[in-house]
Amino acid sequence: MPLAVIPIVQRELRTAARRPMDALGALLFFVVVGTLFALAAGPDPVLLRAFGPGVVWVAALLSLLVSLHRLFLPELEDGVLEQLLLSPRSLLALVWAKVAAHWLVTCLPLLLVAPLLGLQFDLSTASIAVLLASLLLGTPTLSLLGALGAALTLGLRGNALLALIVLPLCVPVLVFGSGAVGASQQGMPVGPHLSILGAWLLLAAVLCPWAISAALRLALE
Amino acid sequence: MKGPAMDGLRTLDPALQREPAGAPRARWRRLASPPVFHHWAGRALPWFAALAAVLAAAGLFVGFVVAPTDHQQGEVYRIIFIHVPAAWMSMFIYLVAALHAGLGLVFHTRLSPLMARALAPTGALFTVIALWTGMAWGKPTWGTWWVWDARLTSELILLFLYLGYLGLVSAIDDPRRADRAGAILLLAGVVNVPIIYFSVQWWSTLHQGASISFTAAPTMARTMVLGLLLMALACWAYSVAAALARVRCLIAERDALGRRA
Repeated sequence: MPLAVIPIVQRELRTAARRPMDALGALLFFVVVGTLFALAAGPDPVLLRAFGPGVVWVAALLSLLVSLHRLFLPELEDGVLEQLLLSPRSLLALVWAKVAAHWLVTCLPLLLVAPLLGLQFDLSTASIAVLLASLLLGTPTLSLLGALGAALTLGLRGNALLALIVLPLCVPVLVFGSGAVGASQQGMPVGPHLSILGAWLLLAAVLCPWAISAALRLALE
Repeated sequence: MKGPAMDGLRTLDPALQREPAGAPRARWRRLASPPVFHHWAGRALPWFAALAAVLAAAGLFVGFVVAPTDHQQGEVYRIIFIHVPAAWMSMFIYLVAALHAGLGLVFHTRLSPLMARALAPTGALFTVIALWTGMAWGKPTWGTWWVWDARLTSELILLFLYLGYLGLVSAIDDPRRADRAGAILLLAGVVNVPIIYFSVQWWSTLHQGASISFTAAPTMARTMVLGLLLMALACWAYSVAAALARVRCLIAERDALGRRA
């Protein structure tokens, strides 16, 4: 299966490179949401430090959602999805490739910019390192859950529904992701938080692709 | 929907409902057929509705008249006679709906997804009641409408899960896709519910001290337990009656759709 995944990922990256505004738009959204929170709450550094981790995580989640409803739409519209379903190859390869490409295009840039947002909220260097580690472990889970929502709502009107479905499922990632940074700010061990994020990622990696391909099959019937 | 058994609905009459002389074990399985269940639900529905009314009247009488006043909370505590059964039902119905969804996905039974759909609005209703009464109780007791307590927060997220399911199911026009997509979402939610509860509990203990301790409460008077029990049974009977009424509508709706197709 890895052999089937790599060409699709390469194709996804190439299309993303030809339309850079899609990925950059999500990135810009991430930065703007973070800045807006700081503007709305006022410049008190104590306050900013207190809710900084949460804001960065919520902003990451929201910017992920922005591009999500288009995840499988091009494949549905040009018939690639149908061809893949007819071919003897497993649909799982497409699912893995799409999720991996989505993470590479949307989430990896967030990781590169997140330290900047962390500085805006006056986080210490150690806390920023923990923030990056938590984002690294947590955002793939969000990509998987988001892809499940995108597959379930594929071809339906309105993407508010997608957010309504995906956001409640993301609560544990959000809690432990921002919890890890909060713990590091208070000088507590961050290992447990990161371990749970990792465990949640493994669970999602096992269950989600299966559910996503089932949902994609439904969308084509 | 183009199931051959769906077409039997209009031709239902008691003569066709007579059991074959088979083993009695197979009899209850016939209920999995939508036309048979439609008939059975129609007969069982008034009984469950009446049972719910009688139990609720008895439970409310015991709760509001017979049960003694709590010496710590005064009369306010009486809201638990509605609040606690509603909270129980909200979680239990989600599990039952997910169980039906799983059965439908695995065995391709026609009735299971309809049961999941019929149960979800009742579950959402009980979630709203639990949140509402909890807030009404919290204002005089805790002095605030809302506390980010683990139970309150996970109940709120449960409501979002219900609403997401109802939203998804109503947004999909094709009934088969709606059933199966809804089932996948329900199952994803059921994996999530314990993790959400656990994470929220950890989160709330990290961020703020426990507002009130439920475990240290004094033991309840016997009449209070009786009232609670009666109300819980009333909620059960009501849920069954509401789900049966709704599933009858859904079966008839599918039947009409199948006829038109």
